[in-house]
Amino acid sequence: MNFKLIVLIVTFIFSVVFSIPSFLQLEKGAKINLGLDLQGGLHMVLNVKLEEAISSKIKSVAASLSYSAKKDDLLYSNFAIHDKDFEFEILDPDEAPKFDAILAKIPGLNITKNGNTWIVSLTESEAAATKEYAIDQAVETIRNRIDQFGLSEPTVARQGKEDILVEIPGVKSAEDKQRAKDLIGSSAHLQLMAVDSKRQDRAQSMSDAEAAKYGDILLEDAKVEGYKYAINQIPVLDGNMIVDARVAFDPNNNQPIINFTLNSEGAAIFGDFTGANVGERLAIVLDNKVYSAPNINERIGGGSGQISGGFTPQEAHDVAIALRSGALLAPVVLGEERSIGPSLGAESIAQSTFALFLAGALVIIFMMVYYGLAGIIANIALIINILFLVAIMALFGATLTLPGMAGIVLTVGMAVDANVIINERIREALRQGNSVRVSIKKGYENAMSAIIDSNLTSLITSVALYAYGTGPVKGFAVTMGIGIIASMITAIVGTHGIFDFLTPNIEKSKNAKLWFGYKLEGSK
Amino acid sequence: MQIFDKGKIYDFMGVRHLFLAISAILFVGSIVLLSTWGLKFGIDFSGGTLIQVKYDKAAPLDDIRKRLDKAGIEGASVTEFGSNEEVTIRYSSSNESLGSDVGAGIAEILDGSGNFEVRKVDVVGPKVGEELKKSGLMAIIVSLAGILIYIAVRFEWRFALAAIASEIHDVIITMGFISLMQIDVNLDTLAAILTVIGYSLNDTIIVFDRVREGVQESKENKLTAVINEAVSRTLSRTILTSLTTLIAVFVLFFYGGDMIHDFSSIMVVGVVVGTFSSVFIAAQALIWLRFSIEHYRADLAEKKRLKKEKEKMRAMYEKGIV
Repeated sequence: MNFKLIVLIVTFIFSVVFSIPSFLQLEKGAKINLGLDLQGGLHMVLNVKLEEAISSKIKSVAASLSYSAKKDDLLYSNFAIHDKDFEFEILDPDEAPKFDAILAKIPGLNITKNGNTWIVSLTESEAAATKEYAIDQAVETIRNRIDQFGLSEPTVARQGKEDILVEIPGVKSAEDKQRAKDLIGSSAHLQLMAVDSKRQDRAQSMSDAEAAKYGDILLEDAKVEGYKYAINQIPVLDGNMIVDARVAFDPNNNQPIINFTLNSEGAAIFGDFTGANVGERLAIVLDNKVYSAPNINERIGGGSGQISGGFTPQEAHDVAIALRSGALLAPVVLGEERSIGPSLGAESIAQSTFALFLAGALVIIFMMVYYGLAGIIANIALIINILFLVAIMALFGATLTLPGMAGIVLTVGMAVDANVIINERIREALRQGNSVRVSIKKGYENAMSAIIDSNLTSLITSVALYAYGTGPVKGFAVTMGIGIIASMITAIVGTHGIFDFLTPNIEKSKNAKLWFGYKLEGSK
Repeated sequence: MQIFDKGKIYDFMGVRHLFLAISAILFVGSIVLLSTWGLKFGIDFSGGTLIQVKYDKAAPLDDIRKRLDKAGIEGASVTEFGSNEEVTIRYSSSNESLGSDVGAGIAEILDGSGNFEVRKVDVVGPKVGEELKKSGLMAIIVSLAGILIYIAVRFEWRFALAAIASEIHDVIITMGFISLMQIDVNLDTLAAILTVIGYSLNDTIIVFDRVREGVQESKENKLTAVINEAVSRTLSRTILTSLTTLIAVFVLFFYGGDMIHDFSSIMVVGVVVGTFSSVFIAAQALIWLRFSIEHYRADLAEKKRLKKEKEKMRAMYEKGIV
């Protein structure tokens, strides 16, 4: 026994042990993940609209300024919110220090004073941090929502600067797909806002511009199409203060409703506001639609409320999930969608597996015919090579895609290359009249630099493919890369071990044709 | 079994003008094709929507087209895919909203045209398409740059340039084929092109390795003779590996299914062109770059001398003589 042979045997045992779970689809053990193109499912890349995270942050700063100012009895007017900043005018210049004090409590603000008109925006670093937070929070939120939806092994991962990759295997029916997309996409932004009772009567005929003059926005009713509300644009409170949301049923009409609970800060604001505005209407706004706008009859303490409004039980369930898991600070849009039906995936697996076996068989036969026993040794290396590839992919939890399958089939064709180079070199050395022992040694020595150089350059291409590729291409790069490394181990070290082990027998037999598929002059 | 006569040296360089002419025609032809017909970018890069639908009998193409027109989907192309039961529907717009599902929408439009199943939906937004295009180009550039550096360090810069020249030759001709057949350029097309690069480079390096060996060991002073010897001695290997690879690629082409049909057809062309270029183009590029055997030998000798000197110094140092 020699060292190289031991390496080969260890590699073989390792490969068999760790590739069995993938081949036999055992429950236990690490297995290769099948890509969505092979098992069917939904793959999406979502773009996060980060600019809107900034404007929503500005709104919430505005809301908390207006809340604090009211509490301290400070006077202001001409409050206007824009995309990236908001402005207001202080009526009493003596109160400026008090406004300063309120704003100083909120970090990351840029305040420009122009006489009595103040413009508040986010500092650059705060804006960047807000974007960063928005995307992290979106990943987290979407993950929570999908987890609660009850689908198997979903992937939610950040991709690049502003994208999120979502993969849900096993989404089969169109309805399931639609539901999953709705759940992910609903921004579930809950706001409690004050209805402008002075102008509500005119809301149906008002224009957006006119409403803006009064510091209002017009929002549509969720149920009655075309019915509008004039609502104070500064929200009373924002959905990020929600700690829980549950589905319940209205005892009066048995309609599903959603009960929500606010955290202590939210509860305090809610209590203060309702206490100070008895007789006014409070709009419950979800994703910019008014679900209900009840009259405030008394101060509501305890920090809980409800949304009612013609939900189906499933809708109510999904909205509750969305609220519980938090609102998306920034809305997401679909950048890329690939959905593959399960039958197509199964067909792809069957076809490419067949191709793999057929290609393997043809190459094995070819090598045997051409090189004789040396071909069989190369074939052993080839088989271990493929098992090793599968084992490594399983251990790393790599994903096998359709191009990846093509990559494996190609590996079969290319994997024998190293052994072809070596065998050619051995033949060459034999031809020059060297003994078998010397020829084998020379064959490996001379072949080495070419094999290493060519494999390393191929490795460079597969690393580049991995670094810049996405999805299936990445999968292809992984199989190529591992295949190259595997073939370096098995074809260079492993087969050398076999040859070393067999050298005495080869010398004794003196039959070059049998061993190397090649007739030496003067030999049998 | 053996294909080539043992140890015979073929005069490849003697007939190179013929093959250079063939390759020049293919190369120029490809560039003409690429600049006139151009590449047909699939939805991965151009953005858009692609839906694959399978019927239980022959797909009613005309009916499908009529229904799509009526539903206001403009410029949709409906083509058979693989068999006459399966069709792909493709149009250039993509819907960004998560609220409406494209697959369900199409199913609704086609409802009543027969029994069918929506097998695959691909939607790529224009922004993502741009990003994919950019990263695809980066993948090609970075891999070529990495290869350039590696070969320059391991061999010599002329070898590196010659290898890259033959790579560019292969990529252009392969892309010419893609343009000629109007194959959709998608991510897997890109993977095929990069594999062709990797494969052809393998071939080239193995020839170059022999050239380097020949320069060091043979008495021959003529570059063309050294190249002839190197190419001849690696010929069996080149042909054998191309054969086994082609076996695999053809199996993929015939039995791998429609989804990798384009991929494998590109590979077939790429492997053939790659093999051809490592035999005729790569070595020729060395000649054009005025690779000089004498200089290279002198360089190697100098390197050897420096190494020896270093070892001597080290030995002296270790013995405590210095």
